[in-house]
Amino acid sequence: MTSVEYRAGAAVSASPPATGSAAGRPRTGWWRRWAHWLYLAPALALLITFTYVPVGNMIWYSFQRWDGLSPTMTFVGMDNYGRVFSDEDYWRVFLVSLYYFVASFAQIAIALYFAVLLSFQTRLRNLFKGILFFPYLLNGVAVGFVFLYLFQPDGTLDTVLRLVGLGEHTRYWLGDAEVANFSLAGTSVWRFTGLSFVLFLGAIQSIPTELYEAAEIDGAGRWQQFRFIIAPGIRRIISLSFILAISGSLAVFEIPFIMTGGANGTRTFVIRAYETAFQFRQIGLASAMAVVLLLLVLVITWVQRRLVPDDEVTLS
Amino acid sequence: MNLFARTGKWASLLLAAVVTLVPLVVVLFAAFKTHAEYNATGPLTPPRDWLNLANFRTAWTDGDMLRGFWNTTVILVISLIGTVAVGTLAAYAVSRFTFRLKRLVLGLFLVAALVPGVTTQVATYQIVKSMGLVNTLGSAIVLFLGTDIVSIYIFVQFMQSIPRSLDEAAVIDGASRFTVYRRIVLPLMRPAIATVVIIKGIAIYNEFYIPFLYLRSSDLNVISTALFRFKGPYGAQWETIAACTMIVILPTVVIFLMLQRFIYNGITTGATK
Repeated sequence: MTSVEYRAGAAVSASPPATGSAAGRPRTGWWRRWAHWLYLAPALALLITFTYVPVGNMIWYSFQRWDGLSPTMTFVGMDNYGRVFSDEDYWRVFLVSLYYFVASFAQIAIALYFAVLLSFQTRLRNLFKGILFFPYLLNGVAVGFVFLYLFQPDGTLDTVLRLVGLGEHTRYWLGDAEVANFSLAGTSVWRFTGLSFVLFLGAIQSIPTELYEAAEIDGAGRWQQFRFIIAPGIRRIISLSFILAISGSLAVFEIPFIMTGGANGTRTFVIRAYETAFQFRQIGLASAMAVVLLLLVLVITWVQRRLVPDDEVTLS
Repeated sequence: MNLFARTGKWASLLLAAVVTLVPLVVVLFAAFKTHAEYNATGPLTPPRDWLNLANFRTAWTDGDMLRGFWNTTVILVISLIGTVAVGTLAAYAVSRFTFRLKRLVLGLFLVAALVPGVTTQVATYQIVKSMGLVNTLGSAIVLFLGTDIVSIYIFVQFMQSIPRSLDEAAVIDGASRFTVYRRIVLPLMRPAIATVVIIKGIAIYNEFYIPFLYLRSSDLNVISTALFRFKGPYGAQWETIAACTMIVILPTVVIFLMLQRFIYNGITTGATK
């Protein structure tokens, strides 16, 4: 085969449909034109079956009343959407996302602080990096149990508070609806700060060191180095983190589901959708919730793309 | 740096380390305590006997953890081999063929990455059910197989760095395109495959929602769901739950200590694109 043939698709339109090439190996024009689809087929089949078909079905279900079992569904138009926005039980769960959203600001701030701190040569840097990052790798159920244990009455948190003389501030960290969401959002900060930290640190360390050296020669202090070298260098990853924070806080599920099961006002949107679909068997209503969430995430991502136009992800 | 800044820096690092580690250490303490000892001592008191493995034994047998680890391993091995095969094949098509709909195909993968997986499960469940896979390990495997944009991105990036002259030389020697993939590209992809295996492997090991939803029968427990089942009935036996939590965490600690560098690299390449 020549290198002209090698670039299969490029020459396709010009080449006549050659037939019957060497040794029965299919090298016909048809083959050359379609071979790449064979390589893509498994990936595309999985992608379409388990992402695009479900999304399509979900939109279809969202206009029906259906229990997921019976062969027939009833078309109800926009009723499910109406319910999602008017029934307090449904739209209130959106507000729970706010706790996680605010918490993710704390998470980004803490991560940024430690990333900058550890980007300078420091003794034991790798040890601290490992400790800060490690929680992110832990199993979600294990994290849930670790914090159930921490927050239980007379548990670790209460003991520590008494130890430092703040004993009167102990409360039912997960049982009291006023603080339960703060406790859960705190758990989520503990779990995910390490990820943001490592991402920020990686971005800072990919800034060429000559820049710092030049700045130092020019007499720039640490703050100026941060302001004029580090900050612009990590703008992209920070804006990405904010987007992930928004869509992440809308889609919180594991921590509250494992720790409180959604009790005491900690029910999130996804827990509600899960219950609606798999416990109350209202597939139509649950689908409407999922569609609303999906649209929100898409809109947020689109807005971010407009606000912070970054270099197109180039794969080819 | 002046003394004030230096103190602040070390104090904050120390505080962060304490806040990160104390919640885990107290659970480790509890795991070694006897029931009476657990009730009598505070959470910050270390266990009397660090060799008291009774709780671990109870947790291991009552939680049927052996089966949990076995099921997790089966799912991990099959889905990882599958992901690598499916992902590298797709990346090969993207990086080595020119065709008109390439941008569309990449766009499909990119947009799919924005769809929050937890929400579409309402509809995905019906599809997996119609395939008869609910309550079989196949359901989890088939869902984890779906190659995400991150793996494809890592594969394509790496494949770009393999000189095309290598494949061209092989083609001149009479190798078919598939032979080029199998014998030349795939063996050179080892570092990229390692990265994908590590980040995807950790994600599968930690996954809770999919096994919880699809693997209802207790024979099909993976480690996440096996641990979760301790929640109700063992509410009064924290020392057993603590031991089981430690059993689940231990493999992660070992993997992290062994593969630190790969994990950091994988996480940063994976998340920034």
